[in-house]
Amino acid sequence: MQHENAETGHGLSPYITGLVLALILTAIPFALVATGLLPKPATLSAIMAAAVVQILVHLRYFLHLDLKSTPRENLLALLFAAVLIFFMVGGTFWIMVDLHHRMMM
Amino acid sequence: MLGKLTIDALPFYSWVAMGGAVVTVLGGLAVAATIMRLGVRYTWSEWLTTVDHKRIGIMYIMLALVMLLRGFADAIMMRAQQAVAFNSDGYLPPDHFDQIFSSHGTIMIFFMAMPFLSGLMNLVVPQQIGARDVAFPFMNSVSLWLSAAGAGLVLISLVIGTFSTAGWTGYPPYSGLEYSPDVGVDYWIWAVLIAGVGSTLTGINFIVTILKRRAPGMTLMRMPLFTWTAFCTSVLMTFAFPALTVACALLALDRTFGMHFFTNTGGGNPMNYINLFWMWGHPEVYILILPAFGIFSEVVATFSRKRLFGYASLVLATASIAILSFTVWLHHFFTMGAGANVNAVFGIATMVIAVPTGVKVFDWLFTMFRGRIEFHPSMLWTLGFIVSFVIGGMTGVLLALPPADYLMHNSVFLVAHFHNMIIPGVLFGYFAGYMYWFPKAFGFKLNEQWGKRSFWCWVIGFYLAFMPLYVLGFMGMPRRMEHYNAPEWQPYLIVAMLGVCIILLGIVCMIVQIMVSIRQRNKALDLTGDPWNGRTLEWLTSSPAAPYNFAVLPEVCDRDAFHDMKVHGIAYRRPARYEDIEMPKSTAAGVLLGAFAFLLGFAMIWHIWWLAIASALAAAATLIARGCNDDTEYVLPASEVQRIEDGRYEVMASIVRAGATEGEPVAARKPSLERAT
Repeated sequence: MQHENAETGHGLSPYITGLVLALILTAIPFALVATGLLPKPATLSAIMAAAVVQILVHLRYFLHLDLKSTPRENLLALLFAAVLIFFMVGGTFWIMVDLHHRMMM
Repeated sequence: MLGKLTIDALPFYSWVAMGGAVVTVLGGLAVAATIMRLGVRYTWSEWLTTVDHKRIGIMYIMLALVMLLRGFADAIMMRAQQAVAFNSDGYLPPDHFDQIFSSHGTIMIFFMAMPFLSGLMNLVVPQQIGARDVAFPFMNSVSLWLSAAGAGLVLISLVIGTFSTAGWTGYPPYSGLEYSPDVGVDYWIWAVLIAGVGSTLTGINFIVTILKRRAPGMTLMRMPLFTWTAFCTSVLMTFAFPALTVACALLALDRTFGMHFFTNTGGGNPMNYINLFWMWGHPEVYILILPAFGIFSEVVATFSRKRLFGYASLVLATASIAILSFTVWLHHFFTMGAGANVNAVFGIATMVIAVPTGVKVFDWLFTMFRGRIEFHPSMLWTLGFIVSFVIGGMTGVLLALPPADYLMHNSVFLVAHFHNMIIPGVLFGYFAGYMYWFPKAFGFKLNEQWGKRSFWCWVIGFYLAFMPLYVLGFMGMPRRMEHYNAPEWQPYLIVAMLGVCIILLGIVCMIVQIMVSIRQRNKALDLTGDPWNGRTLEWLTSSPAAPYNFAVLPEVCDRDAFHDMKVHGIAYRRPARYEDIEMPKSTAAGVLLGAFAFLLGFAMIWHIWWLAIASALAAAATLIARGCNDDTEYVLPASEVQRIEDGRYEVMASIVRAGATEGEPVAARKPSLERAT
């Protein structure tokens, strides 16, 4: 552990920050669903937003990616992943919304 | 205590099912007997716990070949049923027939093709890029044993309980609890889930290996084409398999914990399962075919004795196929009811993929043009592929038109199309790779005569088995029929049955080939490590390669690195001195994780909760223990490296001496040897 920290230059604190943030971002959706505080569409949007922020938290605090110190090719790989995720998520939305309308649900 | 598991789970309901169970049990006993004969200790320490990528590759391919036999048994049973089931029930009850087509597809994709491809990548890629091992040797072992655990679940379903009847795609609502209350679909889910995680790990491993472990001088555009395709396949595996894992996990939650992701009631939507499944399923097609393209590229260059034509275009075509493969998944469910715009976009994207694939076909043809072609079996598989694959490609473009797809979907035309892609494309490619790289794995060549016989049986059998299905598709025959009452279909189905019998001869030829080759191995020893006058770095190592592959990491100066070294007479130059080499230690953690995953799957299938919790905890404990172990490497001293390398150079020098007197062709092909020794 000590050895690895010396190598990568990361102390324990970013992990703890990340863990706390991740727990908060997980607690929010659960709380919203359990309490029924918001109407359904707003709850769904909030869950999605919390999920996306959670991904960013993981990238920042656990994988130590940021726009300054991370090498360019790692960011390019991330960009590539973003493109594929865009295809998958965007395509799914397009397909499922289209089906939804056509089935007049 | 045992959940849903009772004595009724044993297959006493039909003689065919019991026969299958008996064969499975006998197969298991045969494996146990082989291990006993080799010595339990030897098998455990040298094979089961190894992290050496070459041995992992060999075990992957052995798994694939065993599962090929099992999947083929399913195939021949289905063809036999359909050949006789005109106006009669045939010999298989409907429920059993459904299990057979489900397990055939599941096995052939997940447990034949995937392990075969992982095995070839393991065997070849590190040697081809001049590396000593993959980036994460332990994770590699975990991947292998997770695949084996999944395969084990499919196999054991034949003895205990039943397999899924929901087809290899497991569409809900039929695969939901309401319509499939027995354990069949659970077997399918857990086998696919566990093996799928293994494949994801393999993908990550090979991305890192190829990006980080290349020999000095090997720029991206100097990588051999098989490495390029392995890289693109790894990217696809890493990004596509999670979709399958999610789809299967949600289906498992539906079935086991009464959730409603894909049910018709309770707010679920089965269409989203189909969407998620094919989001993995279409890239999967390219996961399978891209490495085959890579193998054909290596084989065609080696046996045409020419540099590969259009290397850059092949790389670009591979990369663009990899990206485009993520944009076409809807063509697997054109008829689900999406609007014309959605269908049109995905249909056009599908047709666009044919363009880079066509580029590749021309590149291979031009590589052969004016080459000195040698008709090694690997080359025959390649030629058979080029001709047959183009036919399958054309029927694919036909199916890419949504209006045409509406007419032909769910018919045996589709079955003929995808077998036309997967048998001549994927399987012939892997067979070509198997016969091409066999000497690299075992140190002797396979018998070519039996290889050629096998090829001709496979290719003739393939045409006889699947061309009638195209016709039957046009005649309106749906897929997966247990019996039918259309008299005009039967002659075609009998021809298809004959075709499968000829494929069976092809498989027999392969078994004979292995036996003959082992018996006559002393006549076909590959002492130089370069049996085919190869062009890429894997032929620089000895056959089989030393544990560290390369005593000194090679310096790459050209695209066909090894060919370039031979031309300049530096391929076998002896280094002045050797250095200590750090090697990964064998570990039991991989095989233990596989075993716990198997138990976890089995427990979840039969609702044996205590076992599920115990095996999950055991797996976590194994992983943590492994993570805390800092002593995972050992040092192979320079003196030992020197001893191994000296032995190799002594053998090669003796070939050159023998060649000078007897005129052995191998010496004539290697002018560089004399300078080296």
